[in-house]
Amino acid sequence: MQDKTFNIIISGVGGQGVITMLSLIDEAVFIDGYDVKSSELHGLSQRGGSVLAHVRLGKKVYSPLVQDGRADLIIGLELLEGLRVLNFANKDTAVLVNKYIFPVLGGLPQKEIVKKLNESFTKKMHIIEASDICKAKLQNEVVGAIYLLGYAVGKNLIPIKKESILKAIENIVPEKYRELNIKAFNLAYGDN
Amino acid sequence: MKKILLGNEAIVQGALEAGVDFVSGYPGCPSAEIGDEFLKIAKENGVYAEWSTNEKVALEAAIGASFSGLKSLVNMKSFGINVCSDSLLPLAYTGTKAPMVIVVADDPSCWSSAQSEQDSRGYAYLSHIPVLEPSDPQECRDFTKLGFEISEKFNIPVILMTTTRVSHQKMPVEFNKTNSKPQKIGEFIKNPHQFSTMPPRVLEMKKELLEKLEKIKAYAQISKINKISKNPGSEKFGIAASGVAYLHTLEALKELDLDIPILKINLFYPLADKTIASFIKKLKKVLVVEELEGYLEKEIKIIAKDNGLNLQIFGKDLLPKTGELNTEEVILALSEILKLKIENSKFNLPASRQELKIPRRTARLCEGCPYWHIFPVIKRIAPEGAIFGGDIGCNMIAGLAPHSMHDYLFSMGASLGISHGVKKSVSPDGPKVISLMGDGTFFHAGIPALINAVYNKSNPLVVILDNRITAMTGHQQNPGMGKTGMDENTEELKIEEIAKACGVKHIKVLDPVNTKEFEDTIKEFLDKDEVSLIICKRICKLLEKRQNSPSQIISPD
Ligand SMILES: Cc1ncc(C[n+]2csc(CCOP(=O)(O)OP(=O)(O)O)c2C)c(N)n1
Repeated sequence: MQDKTFNIIISGVGGQGVITMLSLIDEAVFIDGYDVKSSELHGLSQRGGSVLAHVRLGKKVYSPLVQDGRADLIIGLELLEGLRVLNFANKDTAVLVNKYIFPVLGGLPQKEIVKKLNESFTKKMHIIEASDICKAKLQNEVVGAIYLLGYAVGKNLIPIKKESILKAIENIVPEKYRELNIKAFNLAYGDN
Repeated sequence: MKKILLGNEAIVQGALEAGVDFVSGYPGCPSAEIGDEFLKIAKENGVYAEWSTNEKVALEAAIGASFSGLKSLVNMKSFGINVCSDSLLPLAYTGTKAPMVIVVADDPSCWSSAQSEQDSRGYAYLSHIPVLEPSDPQECRDFTKLGFEISEKFNIPVILMTTTRVSHQKMPVEFNKTNSKPQKIGEFIKNPHQFSTMPPRVLEMKKELLEKLEKIKAYAQISKINKISKNPGSEKFGIAASGVAYLHTLEALKELDLDIPILKINLFYPLADKTIASFIKKLKKVLVVEELEGYLEKEIKIIAKDNGLNLQIFGKDLLPKTGELNTEEVILALSEILKLKIENSKFNLPASRQELKIPRRTARLCEGCPYWHIFPVIKRIAPEGAIFGGDIGCNMIAGLAPHSMHDYLFSMGASLGISHGVKKSVSPDGPKVISLMGDGTFFHAGIPALINAVYNKSNPLVVILDNRITAMTGHQQNPGMGKTGMDENTEELKIEEIAKACGVKHIKVLDPVNTKEFEDTIKEFLDKDEVSLIICKRICKLLEKRQNSPSQIISPD
């Protein structure tokens, strides 16, 4: 791990698994022996609303919040929510967005969001059909979040070892969902 | 041992290490996980825990426990301290017998709050109760223990003040494992001299309280509760910071590659003025970094003046008074004072939120929510010009599109209190007034408002949205459910029976999916000259799902 703090933004819609992903990253970084701070917003007040989480990792982390334009990695679990957090990106930020849409009143059509994402200034835009792939191959679209994490680790977009994430899944995910989560992770990791 | 903990989990851990016996509270965001967690682990840890009916009775329960010799912890969100303040002030006078920590969680930026963006630290001045301000989960654990220590040493309750970014922050936290203990049986030893505030004793108590605070101040100075990173040297510039803003300050200094002395204020009240004076006396400039109100800044200005110090004190002139702080804002303030040229990412971003024009995704009713059967029907049936009083809870969503039916929204139970006032003020043939209120809110603060409307003869229509739980804050039990917070069976209080006892003559309990019955009742009740009340009883869809498959985990986010 480099000296510089690594900044991650995770966004999605309530119930999509933003907090689970954040917990897995926190735990994996902790297993690797580095410092980590994260910030999440809870509560049913978030149901159906936007959920935004910040994770920062490194040798020593102070603030739990990522500054505008300073994310190293953005993971959007939904298209519009991915677009919404681009204020955290700079041209070198890797942006990973699930090609999946939760309709919203007055929202943009899918095509337009994808176009806007692709036209954005970030050079490393990955739009992936994570939920659809998980639905087709694992009969469960909710693990799309874990698929994206597998993708990020496989492509070295995040400075965490595969083994640490697997261990984190073991520590955190309830036993009955563990295998499904590992499958989703490996599915994306192996595809790389 | 060390483990990743959420700020709220770390508070629970700290309290367990301190040997807490009695936990009471009322749920709200961002404090709810404290009570939720305690209710889960209470039995195995020899702790009694409850969700009380509101924050005032929660505090009073803990006062009873303290007077009986039990260590207690009370948990609530910011607004809870408003509700319990009437008993909070005398508690400072009587003091505690066994130690007590009161956790109050503020929500700068109102991530999960309507009502107001209150800075609850102000209650320190009003109540004379010590306030500790942790910055991160490690301090949440440490300061909870410290709070119990201070409380025990000085027989005074201690408030642990967090914010959303502290309560919902995660990091590796160092702690000691605790062993389960048997539930402690307390003993109430009569001592009206201490426990009763009857005058003239009350004024004596106030004097004792003020003396206590001086001792706590001295203790804070000696035991160095507030931390100085390094003594000011040639730079002549220093920073005083508190809460999560301290962490943003460290981040800002790291980014600007500056090494500036920082005084971290952990005990907001009583403020250790000697520590502050000794820190600022060598400085020419000081920046005070705190969220929301400029309380510390004002205090520090007074300390400077009292000590005849001539220095420039910056704070709310450079930092916002509204919204949570972040690193960028601290960087900007620092660069202003130090005349630094910085390239701030905020101002040369290729895409800003505004440019993207993304529609807000506000909270909405869940699929299958019983309220889908309620809001549209009321809206359709209510005559032109009807006035709608909104209340707190998932039913707040009635105020958002597509429903958009709130004419006012205040605090828990206020829909009815205000509706009564409106009804009393407008012409008797004027607009119909309808209040919407959740079942949890009815028990929390709705009942006195209902009594007032009946007693003082107005006639709003009250619609109780009885979804069989306190839903918005994450599904906590309430007195209408026949279950306690620890999931034990208890008396199931019936809202209709309470309403009847309050003198309401027109009461109907119905299932809102029976639209026709609901419509007819609204029409009938709107013509009444007295208060009328409809209880729409249908279980929250998420709760129903959970009850049908208890093993299924419903994602907490
Ligand atoms: C004094 C105070 N305490 C706590 C809260 C937090 N709070 C927000 S919504 C809510 C739940 C209300 O429950 P209920 O009335 O049953 O409505 P529901 O969410 O089920 O619709 C609570 C407790 C608050 N706003 N004010």
